[in-house]
Amino acid sequence: MASYKTNEFKGGLKIMLDGDPYNIVENEFVKPGKGQAFNRVKIKNLKTGRVVERTFKSGDSVEAADVHDTELQYLYNDGEVWHFMHPETFEQLAADEAAVGEAVKWIKEQDMCSVTLWNGVPLSVEPPNFVVLEITETDPGLKGDTSGGGGKPATLETGAVVNVPLFVQIGEMIKVDTRTGAYVSRARDE
Amino acid sequence: MCPAPETNKRVPQPAQVDLNAWRPSAAQPVLRARAQMLAGIRAFFAAREVLEVETPMLSQAATTDPALASMRVAGLGYWLHTSPELPMKRLLASGLGPIYQICRVFRDGERGRLHHPEFTLLEWYRPGWTLSALMQEVADLVHDLLHRLELPPKPPLELPVEFIRYRELFQCGLDIDPWHCSPRELQAVAQARGLGAGLKLDTDAWLDFLLTHCLEPQLGQHGLSFVQDYPPSQAALARLSEDDPPHAQRFELYWQGIELANGFQELTDAAQQRQRFAEDQAVRAASGLAPVAQDEQFLAALEAGLPESAGVALGLDRLLMLACGAERIDQVLAFPIERA
Repeated sequence: MASYKTNEFKGGLKIMLDGDPYNIVENEFVKPGKGQAFNRVKIKNLKTGRVVERTFKSGDSVEAADVHDTELQYLYNDGEVWHFMHPETFEQLAADEAAVGEAVKWIKEQDMCSVTLWNGVPLSVEPPNFVVLEITETDPGLKGDTSGGGGKPATLETGAVVNVPLFVQIGEMIKVDTRTGAYVSRARDE
Repeated sequence: MCPAPETNKRVPQPAQVDLNAWRPSAAQPVLRARAQMLAGIRAFFAAREVLEVETPMLSQAATTDPALASMRVAGLGYWLHTSPELPMKRLLASGLGPIYQICRVFRDGERGRLHHPEFTLLEWYRPGWTLSALMQEVADLVHDLLHRLELPPKPPLELPVEFIRYRELFQCGLDIDPWHCSPRELQAVAQARGLGAGLKLDTDAWLDFLLTHCLEPQLGQHGLSFVQDYPPSQAALARLSEDDPPHAQRFELYWQGIELANGFQELTDAAQQRQRFAEDQAVRAASGLAPVAQDEQFLAALEAGLPESAGVALGLDRLLMLACGAERIDQVLAFPIERA
């Protein structure tokens, strides 16, 4: 089984700890001049997203986690799991609710997503940074108000609710930044 | 389902070419301050009639200290020194009097915010001096250098000096006596603070753990903090006191939570020194480290007679870091190892 020594530790390295995959967020080498060396790390549990601190004795080995990112196309949700497909091999993979997480608010069929696989199974799903979605519900704004001053909530076709300018109407396509959940523009302004 | 062919793996990102990698990682005012620091040290010791010396960086012997790793030079098969301590003591034994050296030292595997595998040490020895006189001189030197450095912003010029015993540091900070505690008790102290999960360490390594994780960050926050009187098991090359229980006559200087210097009332007894080398070698063997050639010339010098001395080694890169408010050692080096 692959493993890493502490002197290979750096941000982004994926390791196994207590049965869960972790990503090293920060690694600090700590050593008294005349004493034991340690690697003090901040690590993120890739299943729960929780960041914890841990200290390793320098020179020790840690099991590597078989974790990598891949670009997959979202196909459909069958009511239980979300199906994705590799665009070239056509290999299909299913992601459960825990893996899809917040991405469910943004993705629609055929979107390309960055999917993190652990031992070949989807562990988490990142939606595209920008998505274009249709507004299915919002209060009608005042006619002629194109200033963009103020805003109102709008429900999108995926169910996400974002704050949009008053002039944006039901049925329009808008561009949203999924990292912040913020409205960017009307899609036809592109 | 077919396995994905090799070409359909995720496309690797093109290697990032850093067009600035040839440049120094330290700013010019810092490199100028480094030169002022070196000139200042030479002026300080010239005024006090301490002689500058140079000893070989290459040695047939490696350090026996299990916590340090010497680097070996291919071809010659000699070792790069981890500190100039042993050859400097040979000079002391030859009767040269008070001496100092500024040199690069090499420690394999040490890299981090405060560590670099090659760094600059100032090491000096005072025959006939006590440890407390030497600590005072260390504080004097630091103040002298802070006055000389032309840095924006100006570093603090007057640092209060405090002295703390290692034992009291643990008793006050963690409510535990480092002379009387088991690895299990030390682990419980760490765990009560949410630290040390999954670690298996011996007593000294747990003490190092608690020192680095819990105590060091508070040391020297108001000025220069000298920690002294170490456990006998952490004596290194310091002599032991004659009180009961004994302590190692050793100190460490901290400033802003960072270890800057390590000093000893030097062990002069050749038989005891030989015994410590043997203990080091045994620890190395037990932890799977290769045995190393120990410095027999140094032992011969001790047998010939080393004058009673106090000695100290001070990390100049870190001193410069703290004087100019740097967060990382790279900010005070012309070229860190990754750009060397």
